[in-house]
Amino acid sequence: MNTIIRGKTAKLSRRTFVIGSAAAGGGLALGFNLPSGFGEAAAQGAVGGGTEVNIWVAIKPDDTCVIRIARSEMGQGTITGLAQLVAEELECDWSKVTTEQITPGTNLARKRAWGEMGTGGSRGIRTSQDYVRRGGAAARIMLLQAAADEWKVPVGELKVANGVITHAPSGRSVSYGKVAAAAAKLEPPDPKSIKLKDPKDWKIAGKPLKRLDTADKLNGSKVYAIDVQVPGMLCAAIKDCPVFGGKVKSFDAAKVTGMPGVRKVMTVKDTAVAVVADTWWRAKSALDALPIVWDEGAGATQSDATIAAHLKEGLTAKETNGSRQNGDALKAIETAAKKVEAVYSTPFLAHACMEPMNATVKISADKAEVWVPSQNVEASLAALSEGSGVPIGKCDVHRLDLGGGFGRRGGTQDYVRQAVVIAKEFPDVPVKLIWSREEDQAHDFYRPISQCRLSAGLDGDGKLVGLHVRVSGQSINATLNQAAIVNGRDMRQLQGFAEEPGDAQLGYTVPNLLIEYVMRNTHVPVGPWRGVNTNQNGVYMECFIDEVARAAGKDPLEFRRALMEKHPKHLAVLNAAAEKGDWGKPLPPGVHRGIAQFMGYGSYSAAVAEVSVSDQGKLKVHRMVLALDCGHAVNPDQIAAQVEGSVAYGLTATLYGECKVKDGRMVDLNFDSYEIMRLAEMPKVETVIVPTYDFWGGVGEPTICVVAPAVLNAIHAATGKPVRSLPLKNVRLV
Amino acid sequence: MAKLNINGSIRDVEVEPDTPLLWVIREQVGLTGTKYGCGVAQCGACSVHINDEVQRACSIRVGDVRPSDRIVTIEGLSPTSSHPVQKAWAALDVPQCGYCQSGQIMAAAALLRRTPKPSDQDIDDAVNNICRCGTYQRVRAAVHLAANDTSRT
Repeated sequence: MNTIIRGKTAKLSRRTFVIGSAAAGGGLALGFNLPSGFGEAAAQGAVGGGTEVNIWVAIKPDDTCVIRIARSEMGQGTITGLAQLVAEELECDWSKVTTEQITPGTNLARKRAWGEMGTGGSRGIRTSQDYVRRGGAAARIMLLQAAADEWKVPVGELKVANGVITHAPSGRSVSYGKVAAAAAKLEPPDPKSIKLKDPKDWKIAGKPLKRLDTADKLNGSKVYAIDVQVPGMLCAAIKDCPVFGGKVKSFDAAKVTGMPGVRKVMTVKDTAVAVVADTWWRAKSALDALPIVWDEGAGATQSDATIAAHLKEGLTAKETNGSRQNGDALKAIETAAKKVEAVYSTPFLAHACMEPMNATVKISADKAEVWVPSQNVEASLAALSEGSGVPIGKCDVHRLDLGGGFGRRGGTQDYVRQAVVIAKEFPDVPVKLIWSREEDQAHDFYRPISQCRLSAGLDGDGKLVGLHVRVSGQSINATLNQAAIVNGRDMRQLQGFAEEPGDAQLGYTVPNLLIEYVMRNTHVPVGPWRGVNTNQNGVYMECFIDEVARAAGKDPLEFRRALMEKHPKHLAVLNAAAEKGDWGKPLPPGVHRGIAQFMGYGSYSAAVAEVSVSDQGKLKVHRMVLALDCGHAVNPDQIAAQVEGSVAYGLTATLYGECKVKDGRMVDLNFDSYEIMRLAEMPKVETVIVPTYDFWGGVGEPTICVVAPAVLNAIHAATGKPVRSLPLKNVRLV
Repeated sequence: MAKLNINGSIRDVEVEPDTPLLWVIREQVGLTGTKYGCGVAQCGACSVHINDEVQRACSIRVGDVRPSDRIVTIEGLSPTSSHPVQKAWAALDVPQCGYCQSGQIMAAAALLRRTPKPSDQDIDDAVNNICRCGTYQRVRAAVHLAANDTSRT
């Protein structure tokens, strides 16, 4: 992966760093090289406090170790996990660790020494663990060498623990803070020569340490981007055409210009209207009072029914947009002793981050700044430079920890682009744009809608002889990254069904298998949503496998096991969930179990759910046991927190999640109708981590894909009827 | 013009009387720990205490607040972050992104004032704030932990 250069109409993927230049029609080419050295960057001086030993580690005279973090924190615990990995190799005193986030401007100024900064796809730790650990180790080697030089003893005679270097033969000791300045002047070791610790020797990494970023979340002092107060700041509220693809026709600014605090009423990029005022509430009040006429465009004819019909057509269409196959599934099913068929569907979903989209932008003649919650701060930087016209070297991003991300705040940076357009009208004045909750619900990049037709053939012994899966639905790449669609082929929508191991492999071996994707796009923009396509595909595959197991007269666990002999990692995780989840053991009357397994983001997940369905059809999820093999477990308590969170996010989708479309626009614009699961419905969650320490997998996203299917399979066990359409609020269970 | 008693201080604010208390707290008073999440009293991110009762500040007009009403925001819950709820939250590492946690903590603190030893059902009923990170399991555990804090007065 290297460089992508596009103009201002470019669709951006969160996995792609793009710096475009509309004026030149080209752009600045930047690579994706991993950080490989520590010397050159270090020579250019420290970023913040302390003496920079290398780009990852600065040490203050009082022995505080400042560990630099390039990734974004949105609650997933990445700051703490990355710091644990650096500190482990550094051999410092964990109680003296603080962290500092690198800005993309600093990264760019130092030739991207810190590498990629994007935080999505559950990559925060797994794709940077190697170089940050080498960074910690290199700093340790340099600190030891500095002490050895000072004492004029062989470095091999030194020992270090908790940031204190000792020389036993002479009885001397010195702390890191005292030798940091000398260490910083030394030639760094070749990163490739560094031997990293065996995880079994870890003392800081691998432990359930407390998060480093909790204290200010408890007393209101943490500043999110929405809280930023810059002197002289104005505030903006915005309304984009409610129909996707529509434009502003006209608005009657005179109706609101006299309202308190209002400074300006303006269009933004032809599609939106913004009001700028001295406070956000005054801006929003004026915007609500502003008469706007929209040119709604062709999208206004679209609704749930037209979209469903469009997708349904894809279930039997001739042309496909990617497939995998072995054997002849269609023939095997046709000639099978028993045939099982089903059609499933899942809706559009909004991210509904608790902190609505926002950005504060200040543009001056020779400088541009943005304060923003971003999963891709380099994309924020690019959007700022491109929109403001200020050279990228004179732009920077004040990165604030996110009030939720879930894939919404990645490469698109749509809210930053809007804020830049508005701030350009107010040179030297910071302008904070905040989306209302309604705007946030109306203009998301939604989880893609899809339908899935599945058919299976069983032989006389109830063995699966053929399986055909066809997904018809919207493509994320078509919205965000068209370059990834080659000759009409787009495998991203088949996430979790891959043949090849590593990232999202299907855990079953089927003698005759055909899995197909048919792209059916709509006018609704779509994007990554925690777990992305493993969510839908996990429901389709895992609920259908349960249906097939029942048709075969077999236990769902045993039926799966028989298909998984060649997938030992998938199987081990399934077995771990089944064991901890008491599969096969007696349950209280009325309580039923369901099981599921799936893979995404390089990690293996499985779940067992216990549910009951009342005579009136009311569902209660009592308990969920989730097992995860993420390879290396850097902080088991934070992994458990992510698993618990994935249950809540996944259950909200299962129970309530649905973005209905009417007259081309979103219908449910706030939490009164776009319901979110509350504490009262949270089941007891038990997390089983089964790390095998032979790979590095993701944590934030992998387990969500087994939540819905485990619950739906338990409902099937309770009611005897499969649920094939989500959300459950639309389904009569009895 | 409104006179407000926030965290024990009297504040005079210049603002239209129909402005929601939330936005007065955030924009005029400058206390940003109280969050905007929905504006329609659904999510609870804006929860504050008014005369010891938890209220959703997004849906209270500042013109309806009396100068004698005692408003406490997350910043005023404890001068040293040592309220039993805050301590329990820290002990169990409850927050993830943290954005909703001001409201969760204020809801929990109001519950414990009213019901010192809440049952699970009490917690279900009283702490119904939305958390998208899904910290609910730890919120419940932390409320129980705070209820068992023997140093609590």
